[in-house]
Amino acid sequence: MKTILFIEDESALQKTFGDILKQEGYEIASALDGEVGLRLAKSQKPDLILLDLILPKVHGFEILKQLKEDRETKEIPIIVLTNLEGISDIDKAIELGATTYLVKAQYTLEEVVEKIKKALGE
Amino acid sequence: MFIKKILEQLNIPAQCKRYGLSLWQCPQFLFILMGVIIIASTLTTYAIGTKYIEEPELVALIVLLITAILFIVAAVITRSFERLAEASRMKSEFISIVSHQLRSPLSNLKWAIELLMSGRLGKIEEKQTEYFRILKENSGRMGELVSDLLIVSRIETVRLPLRKDEFSLENLIRELIKEFESFARASNVEIEFKSEANLPKILADPSRIRLVIENLLDNAIRYVKDSGKVKMLLEKRAQNLYFEIKDNGVGIPKEDQKYIFQKFFRSENVLKYQTQGSGLGLYISKAIIERSAGKIGFKSQEGVGSTFWFTLPIK
Repeated sequence: MKTILFIEDESALQKTFGDILKQEGYEIASALDGEVGLRLAKSQKPDLILLDLILPKVHGFEILKQLKEDRETKEIPIIVLTNLEGISDIDKAIELGATTYLVKAQYTLEEVVEKIKKALGE
Repeated sequence: MFIKKILEQLNIPAQCKRYGLSLWQCPQFLFILMGVIIIASTLTTYAIGTKYIEEPELVALIVLLITAILFIVAAVITRSFERLAEASRMKSEFISIVSHQLRSPLSNLKWAIELLMSGRLGKIEEKQTEYFRILKENSGRMGELVSDLLIVSRIETVRLPLRKDEFSLENLIRELIKEFESFARASNVEIEFKSEANLPKILADPSRIRLVIENLLDNAIRYVKDSGKVKMLLEKRAQNLYFEIKDNGVGIPKEDQKYIFQKFFRSENVLKYQTQGSGLGLYISKAIIERSAGKIGFKSQEGVGSTFWFTLPIK
């Protein structure tokens, strides 16, 4: 079973995505702040990371940077799921190595699930 | 017409009221006041100067005094301009903060409703689906308003970065027509699109230009009375692509036409047909087209229909 780490401070979203991804047959690890997220990513080495950008303690960009610099975690696909939609934010995330950049307001739940499957090569 | 405009400009108390400022804080009023003082003081100094020519110290003193008064008035004017600028900045900031803060709860709401409606959490009854649809539709409307407000705040703070990608405007329009198909059918509107063959691509921000055409198409369909026809046209004109969208809807009354691109403006006659709408679509469209080096305009006749057009430069 593949594991997805969801780093997101909104517990409502943790619940919604937790439920739907469990149904899709994934195991979910959740982190409500950047620090926990970074620690879990390094210790558990999930198959995919869903990452919000505006997070308590450690910013999403910093997480992205650290995970992509670490030889052990740099191959993990990271999908950024955020409300930031500035061109500079998108470019920065892609440059830092994000697989996909999704603006929350623009995607339905099913579309996000599709993107996750695609990033996992399914 | 011209004289009327001048008189409107001269009605200073009304102008100050529009900004919500008292006369003594209103730049227009203070400016006129300063002008009057300058003229009066010049004449007085001249008159006094010729009379007391034997005492130049007194003339110098008077000039000094008047200069001091003018200096104070000028300082007050500057201060009131600052206040206006500050108010405008605070308003933009307010829009930006509110809309950012509204976005997170709105996406939580949207996705939670989608999950409920998907039936993944258990079967839902027909009657319940109706209400879920209402929830979905309304959270969708809020979401659209919030993203419109965010674009407005970016336009006003000059932070609306535009990408420059090469893309086919014709394909974009065809995609949008497909998306609007069911809305058009439900509104009894037939969409027609004529495009010149082999049009060159344009260099602009496809997601923003898409928003412009979405707005124009949505307006054209929305403000049709019972049934209607929307005709679109795309062709090359000199170094530009010219797009036109013509409807036989309610039209825009003459007295409202000059306000149509203003933010939050909604014409009285559309309110009779459609109460939904933020009055931001055309304001946003104009800003996007103009920042993409294009032009936008319209002609309209009440009860007959409207034609909106824009041009975008080829590369």
